[in-house]
Amino acid sequence: MRPGHPPDHPLDDLLRTDRIPSIWCPGCGIGTVFSACLRAIKQSKIDPKKIVMVSGIGCSGRASGYVKLDSFHTTHGRAIPFATGLKLARPDLTVIVFSGDGDLFAIGGNHFIHAARRNVDITVICVNNFNYGMTGGQVAPTTPNMAKTATTVYGNPETPFNLPLLAYASGATYVARWTMLHSRDITESINESLTKTGFSFIEVLVPCPTNYGRRNKEKPLDTLKKYQEKTIIKNAADLTQLDIDHEKGIVLGKFVDIDRPALGESYEKICRSDNME
Amino acid sequence: MKPAINTGEYFITGDVACAEGALAAGCRFFGGYPITPATEIAEHLSVRLPKVGGTFIQMEDEIAAMASVLGASWGGVKSMTATSGPGFSLMMENIGLGICTETPCVVVNVQRVGPSTGLPTQGAQGDMMQARWGSHGHYEIIVLAPSSPQEIFYQTIRAFNLSERYRLPVLIMTDEMVGHMSEKVIIPDPKKIKIISRCRPKGRKNRFKLYEPGPNLVAPMPAAGEGYNIHVTGLTHDTRGYPVINVETQKQMMDRLIGKIRKNLKDIIQTESYRLDDAEIAVVSYGISARTSFAAVDEARKRGIKAGLLRLITIWPFPEDKIMELANRVKGFVTVEINLGQIHQEVQRCIGGKAPAFLVGDAGGSAIPPDRVLEVLKEAF
Repeated sequence: MRPGHPPDHPLDDLLRTDRIPSIWCPGCGIGTVFSACLRAIKQSKIDPKKIVMVSGIGCSGRASGYVKLDSFHTTHGRAIPFATGLKLARPDLTVIVFSGDGDLFAIGGNHFIHAARRNVDITVICVNNFNYGMTGGQVAPTTPNMAKTATTVYGNPETPFNLPLLAYASGATYVARWTMLHSRDITESINESLTKTGFSFIEVLVPCPTNYGRRNKEKPLDTLKKYQEKTIIKNAADLTQLDIDHEKGIVLGKFVDIDRPALGESYEKICRSDNME
Repeated sequence: MKPAINTGEYFITGDVACAEGALAAGCRFFGGYPITPATEIAEHLSVRLPKVGGTFIQMEDEIAAMASVLGASWGGVKSMTATSGPGFSLMMENIGLGICTETPCVVVNVQRVGPSTGLPTQGAQGDMMQARWGSHGHYEIIVLAPSSPQEIFYQTIRAFNLSERYRLPVLIMTDEMVGHMSEKVIIPDPKKIKIISRCRPKGRKNRFKLYEPGPNLVAPMPAAGEGYNIHVTGLTHDTRGYPVINVETQKQMMDRLIGKIRKNLKDIIQTESYRLDDAEIAVVSYGISARTSFAAVDEARKRGIKAGLLRLITIWPFPEDKIMELANRVKGFVTVEINLGQIHQEVQRCIGGKAPAFLVGDAGGSAIPPDRVLEVLKEAF
């Protein structure tokens, strides 16, 4: 942003413009999720001074380095427990965890389920590109069965997580899934999460043309066409039916939006009150 | 709210004294995970912290515990965790993040016998080198080793003060014996407790640089939510806190991370000298083993052996000058520790061959009896 001039782009005031261009490859979907997140921050009307972004390691984890908020780029998989400490110490802050599928669900999987169980009041945005992009495209806990990656050249023998089901079963009070094509829906979901108390989880499917697309013979545009043609929006869908099946179609929507006391609130009531000795 | 400092005289364990010292230092966040023999610190703080406006959380593992402590510290709250061997191993990666991002916090290791699960209920001093080098990469660290519940109380306060002044995780290496031992502990009047808090930034927020060093090579530290738009990363970063991937930036960052400790050794290093003035043999020890050594030195003196004790309170940075000075005037050294020679090697390095050095060490499981030290004092010189 030039001093004295209006911003060049409506989101510039939330960007560290001196760090642009980003490291993200052409055709990558992280940027779209990132800008939806910034739009949601604007729509939420929350004072940006009071919003914090925490991320782990990986391509998506670099988002914290581009956002002009207090931002923390932590260790691999540990964004959620870092965010938990920050939120409990500073309940006045709105805390966003922005990271990738490998970071949040392989190395960080244990932290995810426990933060959801505790209902820590944070918003977790998972950019799911089905593989480890940063390290060259290895298999992730989200890689579809039989898909090819740098470490599953014969096809992935494993089964991926159904992330919305995992989030709900662990205790999340808000669960949604979109693709990068659904940027308005992503924005709306993030906005709802930021203004809601409790553990929120938003999964966004994005292409990784450099690694996943290349190995699975999927051109970036093909991936987007698939997201357009082979997705069904079904709010409140049966969570057990949300396995990602690229052939049958992928179910998107807002699946969970319930209320239960968040950890900070319960701690205040149960542990800090004077009548419990 | 209840008072954080309960002035008075108590008969409490080292673990409880540690928890009370933390509260006295202003600690208001504890993220932990149960492990013998450090659990009592967590249990005590789970009772006390919420009543003084603080937060206790038992995390899902020690990795998460350490991460939560760093998060709380960036929220502007003094924070700590406590663990033992296996948990200490799990905390190493995030201790490194704390060093690289210059995050004040305190980590207590009530040492038990290793390697691996070892003897969980029995004491040792086998993690001293892990405390020095356990996280990857080269760095400086501050490590304190108190010898009694009363000293744990004071050194926990000092650990917080040092962590706030120099902006890094400070480690307290106690051991099962001192942690579980009950002794008289005096908690003084709050007015008599010196508290240091991190230096806060002044001046215009839009010109603020997160790692622009002030005096002592330490940069002022804002908390999240104050409008500084800080970016904190474990990647090599410049004075703005931005990742810069080149060797020059790495060198500049390292020069400062190391320099802020190396240039302030006088403030950081603390030792106790006992009967060393005319000593011909210097016993070097710390923690529970130092208490063994006091008795051994007294016994030796009764037999006409001129022994003295250098008790290390700060272990890292290592009190090199003190050992070097002694090496010029004593006939020999004996290091007493419950491992097979971790600090002994450091002592030897500082002596530089000027005097013979012996180890009274042990594989762990019990305190070293004074007789074993006395034997060496009698026979070796």
